[in-house]
Amino acid sequence: MSAVLEVHNLVKKYGENTAVNDVSFDIQEGEIFSLLGPNGAGKTTTISILSTLLSPTAGDATIFGHSVTRDPMEVKRLIGVVPQEIALYDDMSALENLNFWGEMYGLSGGALKTRVKELLEQIGLADRAKERIKTYSGGMKRRVNIAVGLMHQPRLLFMDEPTVGIDPQSRRAILDSVKSLNAAGMTILYTTHYMEEAQELSDRVGIIDHGKLIALGTQSELTAKVGEMDTLILHLAEDEDSGHLAQALKTLSGVLQANPSDHTVALVTPVAEELLAPVVSRANELGIKIQSVDMREPNLEAVFLHLTGRALRD
Amino acid sequence: MNLRKLLLIALKDLRLIFRDPTGLVIMLLAPFALTLGMGALSGRFSGSTQLGISQISVAIVNQDSGELGQALEDVFTSRELNELIAADILTDPAAARALVDEDQIAAAIIVPEGFTASIFSPESGGDVPVVEFYENPTRPTSTGIARSILESFLNQVEIGRVSGTLIVSQLLASGAIQPQQAAALGAEVGREVVGSTEDSPSIKLNTNTVEGSGAKFDLLAYIAPGMAMFFLMYTVTMGGRSLLVESRTGTLARMLISPTNPGFVLGGKGFGIFLTSAAQLLILIGGTSLLFRLSWGDGTAVALLILAAAFGASGWGILMAAVLKTPGQVAITGSAIALLFGIIGGSFFDLHMLPEWVRTIAKVTPNSWANEGFRILSMGGKLAAIQPHLTALMSMGALLYALGTILISRRGLVRK
Repeated sequence: MSAVLEVHNLVKKYGENTAVNDVSFDIQEGEIFSLLGPNGAGKTTTISILSTLLSPTAGDATIFGHSVTRDPMEVKRLIGVVPQEIALYDDMSALENLNFWGEMYGLSGGALKTRVKELLEQIGLADRAKERIKTYSGGMKRRVNIAVGLMHQPRLLFMDEPTVGIDPQSRRAILDSVKSLNAAGMTILYTTHYMEEAQELSDRVGIIDHGKLIALGTQSELTAKVGEMDTLILHLAEDEDSGHLAQALKTLSGVLQANPSDHTVALVTPVAEELLAPVVSRANELGIKIQSVDMREPNLEAVFLHLTGRALRD
Repeated sequence: MNLRKLLLIALKDLRLIFRDPTGLVIMLLAPFALTLGMGALSGRFSGSTQLGISQISVAIVNQDSGELGQALEDVFTSRELNELIAADILTDPAAARALVDEDQIAAAIIVPEGFTASIFSPESGGDVPVVEFYENPTRPTSTGIARSILESFLNQVEIGRVSGTLIVSQLLASGAIQPQQAAALGAEVGREVVGSTEDSPSIKLNTNTVEGSGAKFDLLAYIAPGMAMFFLMYTVTMGGRSLLVESRTGTLARMLISPTNPGFVLGGKGFGIFLTSAAQLLILIGGTSLLFRLSWGDGTAVALLILAAAFGASGWGILMAAVLKTPGQVAITGSAIALLFGIIGGSFFDLHMLPEWVRTIAKVTPNSWANEGFRILSMGGKLAAIQPHLTALMSMGALLYALGTILISRRGLVRK
């Protein structure tokens, strides 16, 4: 395998705010590489730089050997982008949208017609192709949004949170289509803040937070960073003080981290089962009612928690 | 390839705006309805042959002993205009002005002594006495019509004067005549011009018309361009707004990610606004011709004026998109600008009712140039008579497009 994308010390600043902070990684041909991080972590900014939409403040990236800063037009020809928002014309049909975007990518005549037909069948909208986008459900719009990114059959596809705001059934369909595209040989850079999606899809994962790439590797490499740690998630009633409970639980033997968030406290511990009784007992002493407890084995969320002290969805 | 994409983006915008029911109401239905309503109010539709306005009372004081003063008198008392203009020939300028002051007539036209001589004599050095148009501010429409006829006459005289001077100068330069012969030749040219003036279609108003029956002044030709230009400003606002809407919905970014030069993406958006504006004007002008049997005059000149007006106005749409931050701001500001331009640009009433300084400011509006241009053409004026209007509108468009493009680039709408 060879690297199709190489990112070197990428920086993007907006005044004093650093949106992307010295990020470096590469993606090998045929890989699904996920950038996992909470909202505002710098995922979309990174993709925007790689797709030539933004200029980096420093650093560079090459795609199939072409620099995104010095040779943007060649880069644009080689990549496909599925943006986070539904970037389609509501008052045009799926057919008209695909025709328009196909022509923007240089397709025309019979080649355009054939490709549009293929894509409409692929996304299951051939029978509704002439209906305006505004009449479609959120999931259907997402499918057309993805199809536009595939119009010119790119070798490298950027997908920026393509499952945001859709129903579970449509999400499932999109995840399956990502796998199919990859199986057909397409290299994919996928950004998400859903740990489950990154786990299901990715060959390798980069964890990004506050613009910085804080971990990079295969899932097993990343979870090894946490060791044999489990995570206990305590769910509290709405009026309970999670911060107060977290402070109290930090003093218990075997608790390595206690991180409060909205109505939950996440405990990182190597002895989760043994810790359950003392945790409940301490909560009772404080008069705090625990409604339920989840126990999670090492996963990407635990990795994020371990590295940042915060839950992924904070 | 990039030019093809520019056209693709523009045609997409044209298609989208014509699919928007609100847009269609503002672009086409409202101007048609208002033109129809104002035409009905003015009596335009009350009879098949009668004009909405007739027998505009004008006093003419001709102090000029030459041919041009007489030609002007002849125009205002011509058979072709006798339904529209009731001209009285007076000798005392003060008496004529008094009739206006007493609201007995709409306007007084005073041709000064030596008017003809100053125009046709090379020795005059270009100092032409001013023809006075003394107007009644309480009769804006009537005075506007009388002024249009006078301006059309004076435009033709000016063309003749410049031509004569040019001919004499060229003959002198080439040695074909001696300096001492110039004065005599100038006088000769003057007589020729006067002779041609008397036969000129532009001076003998309305002789150069459809069906050869002699075009008459039509009040709708006065109202319709005003309405068209007023609503055109709403259209360019929608066009400018669409750039910011596309920036928000992500379709602009998607176009910029495609292998297309960002300049051509922006060019496509700008061309889309121009195309939409031109299409709107074309439909309104064509529609009023068909529905109201309105004659707009010289076809080539009308077509060029439509393109120039669309270009000048659409520059404002680009500038609004460049300066304002949100689509909502563009919509609100654009409506205010459309209204302001409509008022000071003469879309609702005659510009000459306004103070001089407002008329000067109005020069920045596409409305003032286009409205006047369309009125000149509908009164029988030719392409030469609207050349200043075409130049002003094209310059306005070029300047605004250039400024808008620079501001949009600085703002980072196309690359940050």
